[in-house]
Amino acid sequence: MKKRTVWGKWWYKFSRNPLSVVGLCMVCAIVFVALFAPWVAPYPEHAGPYVNYGEANQPPSLPHPFGTDAFGRDILSRVFFAFRSSLLMGMVVLAIVVPVGVTLGLVAGYFKESWLDILIMRITDIFLSVPPLILALAITSVLKPNLTNAMIAVSVMWWPWYTRLVYGMATSLRNEYFVQSAELLGASKFHILFREILPNCVSTILTKMTLDMGWVILIGAALSFVGLGEQPPKPALGTMVSDGARYLPEYWWMAVFPGLAIMLIVLGFNLLGDGIGDLFSLEEA
Amino acid sequence: MSIPLLEVQDLHKFFFTTRGVVKAVQGVSFTLSAQETLGLVGESGSGKSTVAYTVMGMYSPTGGKILFRGQDISVSHERRPLSLKKELQIVFQDPGSSLNPRRSIGDILALPLSIHGKNNPGTMKERIEELLQMVELPPEYVSKYPRSLGGGEKQMVAIARALAVEPSLVVLDEPTSALDVSVQAKIINMLVEIQKKRGLGYLFITHDLSLMRNIAHRVAIMYLGRIMELAPSRVFFEKPLHPYTRMLISSIPVVSEQEEKLKPQKIIPRGEIPSPVNLPSGCVFHPRCIEREELCSQKEPEMIEAEPGHWVKCHLIRT
Amino acid sequence: MSQPLLDIQNLSVRFRVYGGYLRVLDGVNFQVAPQERVGLVGETGCGKTTTMKTIMRILPQPPGVIKGGKIIFKGKDVLGMESWEVERMRRREVAMIFQDPTAALNPVFTIGEQLFDAIRYATGKEESDHRFLREVAIRALEEVALPDPARILTNYPIQLSGGMRQRVCIALALACPKELLIADEPGTSLDVTIQDQILRLINRLAEERKMAVILISHSLGVIRDWTERVWVMYAGTVVEEARTQELFAQPLHPYTQALLKCVPKLTGEGIAEGIPGRIPDYFDPPSGCRFHPRCPYRMAICSQEKPRLYGTPTHHVACFLYQEERK
Repeated sequence: MKKRTVWGKWWYKFSRNPLSVVGLCMVCAIVFVALFAPWVAPYPEHAGPYVNYGEANQPPSLPHPFGTDAFGRDILSRVFFAFRSSLLMGMVVLAIVVPVGVTLGLVAGYFKESWLDILIMRITDIFLSVPPLILALAITSVLKPNLTNAMIAVSVMWWPWYTRLVYGMATSLRNEYFVQSAELLGASKFHILFREILPNCVSTILTKMTLDMGWVILIGAALSFVGLGEQPPKPALGTMVSDGARYLPEYWWMAVFPGLAIMLIVLGFNLLGDGIGDLFSLEEA
Repeated sequence: MSIPLLEVQDLHKFFFTTRGVVKAVQGVSFTLSAQETLGLVGESGSGKSTVAYTVMGMYSPTGGKILFRGQDISVSHERRPLSLKKELQIVFQDPGSSLNPRRSIGDILALPLSIHGKNNPGTMKERIEELLQMVELPPEYVSKYPRSLGGGEKQMVAIARALAVEPSLVVLDEPTSALDVSVQAKIINMLVEIQKKRGLGYLFITHDLSLMRNIAHRVAIMYLGRIMELAPSRVFFEKPLHPYTRMLISSIPVVSEQEEKLKPQKIIPRGEIPSPVNLPSGCVFHPRCIEREELCSQKEPEMIEAEPGHWVKCHLIRT
Repeated sequence: MSQPLLDIQNLSVRFRVYGGYLRVLDGVNFQVAPQERVGLVGETGCGKTTTMKTIMRILPQPPGVIKGGKIIFKGKDVLGMESWEVERMRRREVAMIFQDPTAALNPVFTIGEQLFDAIRYATGKEESDHRFLREVAIRALEEVALPDPARILTNYPIQLSGGMRQRVCIALALACPKELLIADEPGTSLDVTIQDQILRLINRLAEERKMAVILISHSLGVIRDWTERVWVMYAGTVVEEARTQELFAQPLHPYTQALLKCVPKLTGEGIAEGIPGRIPDYFDPPSGCRFHPRCPYRMAICSQEKPRLYGTPTHHVACFLYQEERK
């Protein structure tokens, strides 16, 4: 009989679904190459304003596994560097959106049917009713197109999802007997919101955050695809796909490999998200 | 006569729903003194939990008064001062949902202490250990989470939490009905012990009459929002007067011949509890009553004192 | 005893968990004669429901693993049956009703629709004759003493009370004649007066249809009132088996004795102390008799060997205390 440790138990719960493990490996690999891009990329200088027409439009080969682009830059190296801005975008957006959305959702849900609930939820509804990409496009086109503004735009359209999510949970959790017990003991509203209700939402929020990493990156790619994200010559996955698309179908690798990279990120975070959900479920292993 | 710990006078609680007005509690009165256990018994829909929750301030009453040591507390708990919350505590039926699954036992027990205690973090750890000791749980449970505890142990923690603030009145809302009898026995004994030590008043809500026979000093039986009969426990079981009480006692499954002899002649229960939206006319029990008379469907009986301390609400009982 | 209708021999079931198995059933033996009303009593988590799920072949696998044993129903091993045979058994021979009638009914279909499906399933015919279905359905509802069956057919489960829902569940389960009814805590979620009515109904139907009943309950009082023979389970093992009257008059196993003491009595003699300790961890259960760590009479042998059933033909007990006396 194996010894049962806490870590072992967590790993058992997580790894019962092999796809979560695949997702974890994918995410780890992407984070690794992004973090160490200057060292693992074969041509780190290609991530900048580098031009070498002699090497332009090369198909995939051993020195350039993903081929080269119209300026002769190594696409693999640029993808590695593009991961950096993608992950940065995901993290920054979630760091803004989650605290705001979650707090609003908790407050609105706990004070259901009060004016706070009505105010918060109607504003949320208005934001949710505008198609997200259009909203982001509108904001970025008013502001100067760059990575910071893309992050602001995505954050503005993203928080209502967390408010909705947490609102639903808070409205049902507030009727739980453990919340009532805390109220009858005279606990403060702050305690009830953040110590009693919030911990029961954490697993769902974490799962959604993991999934959203993928989706935010995808939206970021979409914004850079239309030129509203990271500006050239810095590499961005969306920009690379849109630039490469002009050379389709002859120089297919220019669009396909960055496209695959986007897919890899989204898929990796999605698979990982399922595993995170299993990990935090209350069910015993 | 001294002022009772709790006095409920002509309590009414209606809920206004889309289906109509649910008259959950109508004209309930009783008193409870310190060191006493009053059993509030009834089937589902009888309004017994509504009475308990209204006493706790989880609902505000539609009519009537709730007096705690003579002081009117007929408001919802949000408008009750902290010092009053300390005096009244409740233990819920389902220990699974009354303990936050994401907080450790230590955190759960620390909450009442930090709200009402003298806020000395140095003694907090010791106080939590004392509480665990009181409910006979080992001190290492401090770092455990509710899911790794058995149902009985969870209920022990819930009891410890309620008693942490040293209340003088505890509402017990079916505290053992989700538990096995062997665990129930342990918890009940512990509750009785604590009551003796601290002189607590218990308002014990349950559907289990046999349990009440053993721990309640007085028993009140509720049906469709009304108290039908209220008597000292012994009298209640040995000389039940109301036909509903007799029907209920005769349907209890028992485990020995001696008990079988104590049951009134078997009355095969018939019918079900009507919806509290559409109450029967007259005596609310008359559609299920085997002894009903003409008058029963026309006029609601008054609560009368058939013998000293033995109250009953039935036309057939005349003083 | 004549050929039993159901004969469970040495059944062992485990659940796969992190780092090993939960040994949930450990060599359970259990017999039901035709037309017999048998009670299965034990506390939460003692394996009552797992046993029944294994009989019906509805134990989820994984995590469940049937480690060994046989379930002989009418001379055939249920565990070795093909899926069509299991299907036939559920249609024609064994019915099951559950504790929570609300969860057992689909809230989005009317009682009529659900009952028609059950009848089609039970008769095995793709019967589309609406009048026939309606007739059988109304008869089924009348059988369970539901007033105004024609109206109830058009109702949704939410429109009925808990007691009426349980009656509907019984009607669904017994839409066609069965030989064995497994009732898993049929009245537990209901009030005593309604529970009394439901058990009375099950009893009447069992007599009329010459059907055997396994009544699972944690309530000793219910078992005493409604069964002829009773099996007591503790922590995945059968500890005692006897004619109901005999068991309640003279319980032999220390666990049964302690359990009976814990039941609050109408005589008002106070409540016993409870059983010391807690239900064992199924991951690493006690050796020998699983009750020995909590037993006041334990001997050296109790932790070394698993007791077999000792006793008279009408009263068996798995306890070494009775090893000598009752050969």
